[in-house]
Amino acid sequence: MIANFMAWIEKRLPLMDAMNKHAAQYPAPKNFNFWYVFGILASVVLVNQILTGIWLTMSYEPTGEGAFASIEYIMRDVDYGWLLRYMHSTGASAFFIVVYMHMFRGMMYGSYQKPRELLWIFGMLIFLVLMAEAFMGYLLPWGNMSYWGAQVIISLFGAIPIIGDDLTLWIRGDYVISGATLNRFFALHVIAMPLVLVILVFLHILALHEVGSNNPEGTDIKKKKGSIKPEELSKFTFHKQYSEKYDIVDAIPFHPYYTVKDLVAVVIFLIVFCWVLFFAPEGGGYFIEAPNFEPANNLKTPEHIVPVWYFGPFFTILRVVPDKLLGMITMFAAIGVLFALPWFDRGTVKSLRFRSKAHMINLTQFVICFVALGVLGTMAGTELTNFIGRIATLGYFGFFVAIWFYSKNEKTKPVPERVSG
Amino acid sequence: MSNAPVNNGRRRFLTAATSVVGGVGVVGLAVPFIGSWNPSAKAKAAGAPVEVNVSKIEPGQLIRAEWRGKPVYVVRRTKEILSTLAAHDGQLKDPSSAEPQQPVYATNEYRSINPEILVALGVCTHLGCAPTHHKGDFEQHVSGVKDGFFCPCHGSKFDMAGRVFQSVPAPTNLVIPEHSFPTDGTLLIGISPGEA
Repeated sequence: MIANFMAWIEKRLPLMDAMNKHAAQYPAPKNFNFWYVFGILASVVLVNQILTGIWLTMSYEPTGEGAFASIEYIMRDVDYGWLLRYMHSTGASAFFIVVYMHMFRGMMYGSYQKPRELLWIFGMLIFLVLMAEAFMGYLLPWGNMSYWGAQVIISLFGAIPIIGDDLTLWIRGDYVISGATLNRFFALHVIAMPLVLVILVFLHILALHEVGSNNPEGTDIKKKKGSIKPEELSKFTFHKQYSEKYDIVDAIPFHPYYTVKDLVAVVIFLIVFCWVLFFAPEGGGYFIEAPNFEPANNLKTPEHIVPVWYFGPFFTILRVVPDKLLGMITMFAAIGVLFALPWFDRGTVKSLRFRSKAHMINLTQFVICFVALGVLGTMAGTELTNFIGRIATLGYFGFFVAIWFYSKNEKTKPVPERVSG
Repeated sequence: MSNAPVNNGRRRFLTAATSVVGGVGVVGLAVPFIGSWNPSAKAKAAGAPVEVNVSKIEPGQLIRAEWRGKPVYVVRRTKEILSTLAAHDGQLKDPSSAEPQQPVYATNEYRSINPEILVALGVCTHLGCAPTHHKGDFEQHVSGVKDGFFCPCHGSKFDMAGRVFQSVPAPTNLVIPEHSFPTDGTLLIGISPGEA
């Protein structure tokens, strides 16, 4: 009876086939390590943001007059409102933590290299949309840091020659940031951006499953059909989409092997997440900044306007360039070069494990510079922070220049044919 | 007529024509979506230029106007004030108005179009308090300078061109808004000369 029903469905919509193709019979390299949990964690946070976000809109009022008060209403009068809001605000920071880790994993193991360039680009698009989403979301509480942070970023567009002033006016919909701006940011934050984000995540996963997952050694688990002795083949059944085209070695099905492993990661992640949620929901002033407990006031500038921590690296790059327009161009270039990373890296060996000492040093200095830029971005700007920031900016861009040069004829170790660990 | 079931020339023409017409449609459709982001009539009315009659301001007197929710100070500066402005250049952070805190046409020694009339936002560039005007008794704050603005919140000091003194919290000179004089006695705040 049930089997018949399932067969009836399957004939009209191949659900089980899709499940098998993308989970139960998806060949994943058997040597995934700790770094491979962040994709799943990002999905978990995305679901958290969407769910809590929907619930927050039920009590939030997107107007210049009512927004700040409605947040207080959510925090004090709505049952569990405080929890939903803190889940959303902590989730925003958690999102960037896991996404930065996920991106670093890709850089470390060369997951952006051929044939995964498009996969990397979809990931970068997700990152870009995520930043826009977070920026717009941060205006919604209509606190004073919301207001002035948006003021600073929107006024950046004023530096564009000729159209700058009209463009900022168009973005704001008013001569100052006002309820009109808040309203459109709300619409984009709750409808437009999340839709785009979900579509991009879908494409990211489709692209991943087409080219297959990389692994910490950067070895290929899909071998030429007929090149592997039958007893060497992976013992599991994989979807014919993969097994008809290739001989698959050193792979295990994503489900149940990695779903169970990821579940452990999710549990550990949620323990940490809940600790922040319940004991430090403001993240020590880094997740929700102190001036945001005051309503937006266009006559009162916060003492230091600094963005939330996750924008820190890019904000520092913007700030240390003395010219406003050049600063903006440099900041966008900092994201642009990440997009182009698959072409800056002309090497063919993927994993850090088998690449040259130069690459090791280069990646290390990149991480140090990126973290330094992030830390500086949360501090008030002084001569000293600008000086350090400029050096770190050079290091950041230097990574891409250096990799372009040394990756062409890099001295690498031999990559094993098969997964060794 | 050829015997082929497909007439490629006609197909190409129809595809191109459909694309062009469709493209025009998309552009046309984009107009209302993009246009709706412009300031609404309500926002435009609230942000409209403000007219101030300056013919009745006494020499040395300050009047306040309101424009886009912010106080605007309008001062008729005396000959004496104007002639002593350059004397304390050495004590200022930005004596030549290098920071873009004023429109191009007010980037001069008086920071104004009409040297007599100073038009500045009464909003301290530190944390947005309203500086108070000291007429003749500013020497208690800066010796040797008779007139100026003193911010009661954190002690920032500005001269009669809205230029900030050194060693105070305010980082930049007071903002000079766009303004113009359509006739001799009227000041329009919020619109540059020749724009009306």
